[in-house]
Amino acid sequence: MAKRALTVDDSKTMRDMVAFTLKGAGFDVLEAEDGVHALSVVKGQKVDVVITDINMPNMDGVTLVRELRAKAEFKSTPILILTTEGGDDKKASGKAAGATGWIVKPFAPDKLLSVVNKVCP
Amino acid sequence: MSNDGTSGSDFERFRITFFEECNEILADLEVHLTQLQEEALDNEGLNAVFRAAHSIKAGAGAFGFTDLVNFTHSFEALLDKMRDGEIDQTPQVADLLVRGGDVLAELVSAAQENRSVAPDFGAEVLAQVHDLLGSGQKPKDATAGPGAQQASSISGMGSWTIRLTPNVDLFKNATEPLLLIRELREMGSLKVTCDRSQLPPLRKLDPELAYFSWRFELESECSRENIEEVFEFVDDTCEIVIEQATSSEEEAKSPEAPAKDAPVQPQVSSPEKNVETKESAPAGKKAKAAAASSIRVELGRIDRLVNTVGELVITQAMLAQELADLTADNERQPIAGQEELANLTRELQECVMAIRMQPVKSVFARMPRLVRDLSGKLGKKINLRMSGEHTEVDKTIIEELADPLTHMIRNSIDHGLETPAERVAAGKPEEGTIDLSAAHVGGNIVISISDDGAGINRERVLAIAIDKGIVQPDAHLSDQEIDELIFAPGFSTAEEVTDISGRGVGMDVVRRNIVSLGGRIQVQSQPGYGTRLNMLIPLTLAVLDGMIVAVGNQRYILPITSIVESFRPSPSQMRRLDDWTQVVQIRGEFIRIVRLCDLFNVENATHDPTQGLVVLTEVAGGGKIGITVDELIGQQQIVIKSLNDNFDPVPGISGATILGNGKVALILDIEQLAGMKATVPLPHQDDGPKEVDAPVAIVAAE
Repeated sequence: MAKRALTVDDSKTMRDMVAFTLKGAGFDVLEAEDGVHALSVVKGQKVDVVITDINMPNMDGVTLVRELRAKAEFKSTPILILTTEGGDDKKASGKAAGATGWIVKPFAPDKLLSVVNKVCP
Repeated sequence: MSNDGTSGSDFERFRITFFEECNEILADLEVHLTQLQEEALDNEGLNAVFRAAHSIKAGAGAFGFTDLVNFTHSFEALLDKMRDGEIDQTPQVADLLVRGGDVLAELVSAAQENRSVAPDFGAEVLAQVHDLLGSGQKPKDATAGPGAQQASSISGMGSWTIRLTPNVDLFKNATEPLLLIRELREMGSLKVTCDRSQLPPLRKLDPELAYFSWRFELESECSRENIEEVFEFVDDTCEIVIEQATSSEEEAKSPEAPAKDAPVQPQVSSPEKNVETKESAPAGKKAKAAAASSIRVELGRIDRLVNTVGELVITQAMLAQELADLTADNERQPIAGQEELANLTRELQECVMAIRMQPVKSVFARMPRLVRDLSGKLGKKINLRMSGEHTEVDKTIIEELADPLTHMIRNSIDHGLETPAERVAAGKPEEGTIDLSAAHVGGNIVISISDDGAGINRERVLAIAIDKGIVQPDAHLSDQEIDELIFAPGFSTAEEVTDISGRGVGMDVVRRNIVSLGGRIQVQSQPGYGTRLNMLIPLTLAVLDGMIVAVGNQRYILPITSIVESFRPSPSQMRRLDDWTQVVQIRGEFIRIVRLCDLFNVENATHDPTQGLVVLTEVAGGGKIGITVDELIGQQQIVIKSLNDNFDPVPGISGATILGNGKVALILDIEQLAGMKATVPLPHQDDGPKEVDAPVAIVAAE
């Protein structure tokens, strides 16, 4: 069965790019516009990797990571946060909330794939 | 795994999405920045502005728009500090943000149109932003992300010893050490030793904690950076020691106990950094639920759809005509199907046209900002009232509206409204009022801008017009004609080209813009009480509900929305005012008659209205006229074909269409007809049609 990814970003451009890249690598891709939306999207869904932006309305990425980690079914799901260059404090707060790793924006499609492969069994 | 990147067309698709998104973001930004000028933004507002810059930056980075990335980077940094409360929301900062928003918009549109901006464009704003951020925050090139790797030092085949000792809570981040080991294995030949000494007895074992540590011996051409990159995400949750051993040293050392003086570069950080996570976004309930039920479609596709449906409408009309001819004296069966088809075609067309409709709000929303800016610059107090923002009009028209509207508002503020002192002296409230409204009137949208200022200074306008040679010094003009002079080409009140109304764009350009949309613009002014500008613009440029009328052998189209009624007047209803003007009396009202047969010099037409018909039509600028025709042929949805490509503008004609029988019919322009003077004197009473020298006949070429 194809692996399933969830991309969470309030920017459609970014969601599109992530989704397109991952679909090309054989993933099923779910999309959500913000943290709150993401939590409703994943209900009853098995997700193999989550890629989330940090700055989003309604619920930001760090909170989303914490919320997901608190769920039994997401305890061991790799979660990647999207940060911009130099966002060390963001990386740290993301890690503290339970993120597995990060992707630095802007990213090339193959960079995204290599990071996803790095954390996704 | 396929990482072939994105192909060209996909890239183009992302680009389109990106710019669509940018424009939405910018519109949103405008709203917030406008609000910011009035009051400090709350957290949510600041976050929204921050996200706007952030989203643009992320996308711009992906597409390599360096200017845009650099600017948004600083803009974002400023907003970040404001969010953190390090920089206060003073009026100066608000102003800076607003100007920054303008720069941002320009950079986006430059990127979209693939043009470059001046190298120092936005530099002033940027400099002020950096001043605010403090000298410590030099602008850094935000594009040089780690994606643009520092050239890694290739060092030939080397032997590496790596020790990886995770913290017990490694798994809290869903890190899978196996993946790291696999990654290392891909870099060269790998020997792994697992240290299980920390594993507790089974009953004390917590399955969610990490107890193992590893020692790797790697033979690889890779650099230290390559290895560090493998452990990029775990350098804070694991103790990592990477050593490079020369072959001789490697033999000398005991692998179990690496010498303490070995060249160790520990990449260790305290296991519990205990980073305070910032609650940056309170979960506001103001989700953009409204936007969720929409879908983005490229405008080109809709245009294609509109065109195809337009052709369908014509074909349907032709079919209907042929069927009617065929079945004129036969059974009615086929006609039932045809009526169905006609209804469906019509419905389809309405749906398609509705897709292109958008509320004028998007254009109106820019005006409060403009008014506020100008009010500050000119020291005039202005209250802007808007109504009818939800009135919908075709998207193409919306886009074309922004410039004329901006210019007209500028004009009203600059030339129309007086200074507070002047107003008080004139017994008016200190604060001037500008009303901006939109409404549907018939098949048109009417946008009005009215001010309660001093009105047009006719003496001065006339003097300027004479000075510029637009009118002859001895000309006698009515007040209305003088007012209309502001639209005359070359009439620019040059002596006061300010940076408000100036820039060499006059009202003539505004009028040309409106006319090119098939609309028109009128001015009404009353000295001392103010000026009103009415823009009348068709809702759509593509179709029209038309009434086909016959005049002689010609067929004309009247827009159905302007028709009030049609009737055959009795001779007692007809009155002559003079040799040129005729009116018809109906329900106590006198309506001027416009004789199409004379105006267009149509042969074989019925010249006596009492033998033909008078179609009473509403003029959008106010009032009614009665148009004489021979008979009404029928109602039809008309696909408008422009004449502008092939003909100079023809007075009284707004376009043409193809009828069901394949013939061309001209579409009448009611407002222009209302303003046209008779070219032929009325026939003497009881006389037959009179041969006169008339202008060249205006008839449709078939």
